[in-house]
Amino acid sequence: MARLTINGKGSEVNVDPNTPLLWAIREQVGLTGTKYGCGVALCGACTVHLDGRAVRSCVTPVSAAVGKQITTIEGLAAANGALHKVQKAWVDNEVPQCGYCQAGMIMAVAALLKDKPKPTDADIDASITNICRCGTFQQVREAIHAAAKA
Amino acid sequence: MITKDLKIGRRSFVIGSAAVGAGLALGLKIPFGASVVRAQDGSPEINAWIVVRPDDTVVVRIARSEMGQGTLTGLAQMAAEELECNWSKVTTEYPTPGQSVARKRVWGNFSTGGSRGIRESNEYVRKGGATARVMLVQAAADGWKVPVSECSAANSVITHKPTGRTTTYGKVAEAAAKLTPPADVPLKDPKEWKIIGKSVKRLDTIDKVTGAQVYGADLKLPGMLNATIKECPVFGGKVKSFEADKIKSMPGVRHVVKVGETAVAVVADTWWQAKTALDALPIAWDEGPNAKVSSASIAEMLKAGLDADQAFVRTQVGDVKAAIAGAAKKVEAVYAYPFLNHAPMEPMNATAKYTADRCEVWVPTQNGEAAFAATLAASGLPAEKCEVYKINLGGGFGRRGAFHDYVTQAVLIAKQVPGTPVKLLWTREEDMVQGRYHPVMQAKLTGGLDASGNLVGLHLRLSGQSILAAVFPQNLQDGRDNATFQGLDPSGDFTLGYTVPNLLIDHAMRNTHVPPGFWRGVNINQNAIFLECFMDELAKAAGQDALEFRRKLMTKHPKHLAVLNAVADRAGWGKPAPQGVHRGLAHMMAFSSYVAACAEVSVNGDKVKVRRIVCATDCGNAVNPAQIERQIAGSFVYGLSAVFMEECTVKDGRIEQTNFHSFDSMRIAQMPKVESIIMPSGGFWGGVGEPTICVAAPAVLNAYFNATGKRIRTFPLKNHGIQMV
Repeated sequence: MARLTINGKGSEVNVDPNTPLLWAIREQVGLTGTKYGCGVALCGACTVHLDGRAVRSCVTPVSAAVGKQITTIEGLAAANGALHKVQKAWVDNEVPQCGYCQAGMIMAVAALLKDKPKPTDADIDASITNICRCGTFQQVREAIHAAAKA
Repeated sequence: MITKDLKIGRRSFVIGSAAVGAGLALGLKIPFGASVVRAQDGSPEINAWIVVRPDDTVVVRIARSEMGQGTLTGLAQMAAEELECNWSKVTTEYPTPGQSVARKRVWGNFSTGGSRGIRESNEYVRKGGATARVMLVQAAADGWKVPVSECSAANSVITHKPTGRTTTYGKVAEAAAKLTPPADVPLKDPKEWKIIGKSVKRLDTIDKVTGAQVYGADLKLPGMLNATIKECPVFGGKVKSFEADKIKSMPGVRHVVKVGETAVAVVADTWWQAKTALDALPIAWDEGPNAKVSSASIAEMLKAGLDADQAFVRTQVGDVKAAIAGAAKKVEAVYAYPFLNHAPMEPMNATAKYTADRCEVWVPTQNGEAAFAATLAASGLPAEKCEVYKINLGGGFGRRGAFHDYVTQAVLIAKQVPGTPVKLLWTREEDMVQGRYHPVMQAKLTGGLDASGNLVGLHLRLSGQSILAAVFPQNLQDGRDNATFQGLDPSGDFTLGYTVPNLLIDHAMRNTHVPPGFWRGVNINQNAIFLECFMDELAKAAGQDALEFRRKLMTKHPKHLAVLNAVADRAGWGKPAPQGVHRGLAHMMAFSSYVAACAEVSVNGDKVKVRRIVCATDCGNAVNPAQIERQIAGSFVYGLSAVFMEECTVKDGRIEQTNFHSFDSMRIAQMPKVESIIMPSGGFWGGVGEPTICVAAPAVLNAYFNATGKRIRTFPLKNHGIQMV
């Protein structure tokens, strides 16, 4: 049993503390916006925020998330439903294709903008390392700059 | 959550997997009332393609699958154009394969591959919209008791012109649904299009940025268990034994089952429990006859085919042997292309529920009908007792089209747990080693140049795997796999863009035990490298400019030439490039579209930076230019990832790459700036999702040669120590 705080809400999860946070979020809490892509922190589809910092939840044990604020894609928008500026830029620039990697991509970008509100292309290259097999990168870059201006 | 929204009854068929996320689980109930077919919410179907709700919402039925390429939006544009409806009130839903069978395939082909979504279904989808419009207008005229010729429709509003009276589609839908559909309704002249050709916004974006979009991997059904699987890693091998007792007491484990002769699955309360237990399960494999096959032994077999006497001839013009023998200069080169995995971000999965008289499957698939066929075969039940519900795909790229091995597995597992829905989700590792791989191919090209540097003879000998021989042997023609020659054909959708007086193109078929598949772009990927890199080699040997050398051979191929010229002009071919930047060209015709690229690269030691790519496409009609641009930009990611960093190698009969650490993919830092020139010349419908991929590699390889003088002929480039930065 562990108590997690996800998107501001407390959840009791009945899992081994070594279980990856990804699977606690998906299978115990039932939030499936956070995706399984590789299971070994290579692709970034599982990116969530721990206390505002982007982490790859597929290799983060539940025990490491206890006592921290976990934010998933479902919790990124404001409580009144208003989209986060990154989500809005994603809609305006029509970034997603299949969309499977996009929750992780958006979470990684939201964390980047918190650190660097006006990232350069070099900042983006260094910090956004998510895989997208559809190849949305050109639109991702445009949308990051658009979000930074918003 | 999806489980709350899925209304699954035996007689109400879930139609909308796109709609599922939005909570609009629709279904068909047939028959109902006076020959009116209704969606589950009771709204009348005007015809199979169009449902109109009382609030004027238009639901367009889409048989093809959305996997990111935008076909839901593009095909809806087609229907809406002819329907004259209000685009802001258009939504879409999938018909089910079971309903399609019950209604004599009224929605046609479900297959979503070969870039055929729009190019092969545009006509009947537009007719669906046009026929519905005529019926709606007729119903309004009947209600007003006026001649239909006095009425017109626009933006979902019908107007009686003499009196100015108006009504809306939603108000007359009931009456329209009762009318006999007219035959042969004419379609609009393309000059009158208002929605086709416009970059309208995709219909499916919002759920993909909020996490609400439900993919197959996300599906939840009441009482559902979770499974994961290991199939014999040596293709052709079987399960010898496994020690289920060793894992049965692990947390959550419910069942440890053999799946067919080749695989073992663990069924547990959660997927993580199933995966943890399967990792701990001792399995002994009977590896079968292929356990000693390696990449080296496959390469040897293909190499022998390069000079074999027997080969399937696709094109033979003049006398190549004599022409090359008599040429002033002979140029020869051997190229090789590796196996590749599709690696969509969402691993293979399917959810199945089986009872003795019903089998249902929920699956992200590029071909609902093929998934349905797999369901029937695995369940042993007839069509009327089976159904498949298409769920959104987290990428397809060809892996989820012709192959439904994961559906078969899910049904075979569900049969061992009757009455309980089971979701089978593969690990990434399983996805990597149980692919349907891009075929392995070698090519030997021999060209003859006369004293003036004109190409007088060309022999392109392919040696390697046939996809059709493995997947659709009934489509071979006297043993020959014509798909092998994509982009090299004498005519049709994949026409070679050069006229060579003496030309021989043939294929020594050398099949391997590694199962081949249709990998986005299919056989144009390697053929474009072979042909377009060799054209540069010939131009160099002739001492001519690569563009000028090509142009001389392309006078009879004006559409090929137009896209090549377009990229050369835009990129500034022939003018000085920025310091340290080198250019390369390539073009091809594929899936009925003409594509060309000019790549600009800079090379610093082993590091290659692809700076800019100018790409042109003539796809005949450009339905949604903004989405075409995205498909083009994405094509370079898929194509350049492959040529720089991807291959699947074989050792001891199995694939060695198990995750993205050894089968890598481009990141944003490596993304070149892509400039798209969309130049539809009209009069035909060309594909968009695949053609551009094939020009990515040869354009960059030619630029790399121009930068370094080094001609690379085996791939990926990482094997030569070359790194994409």
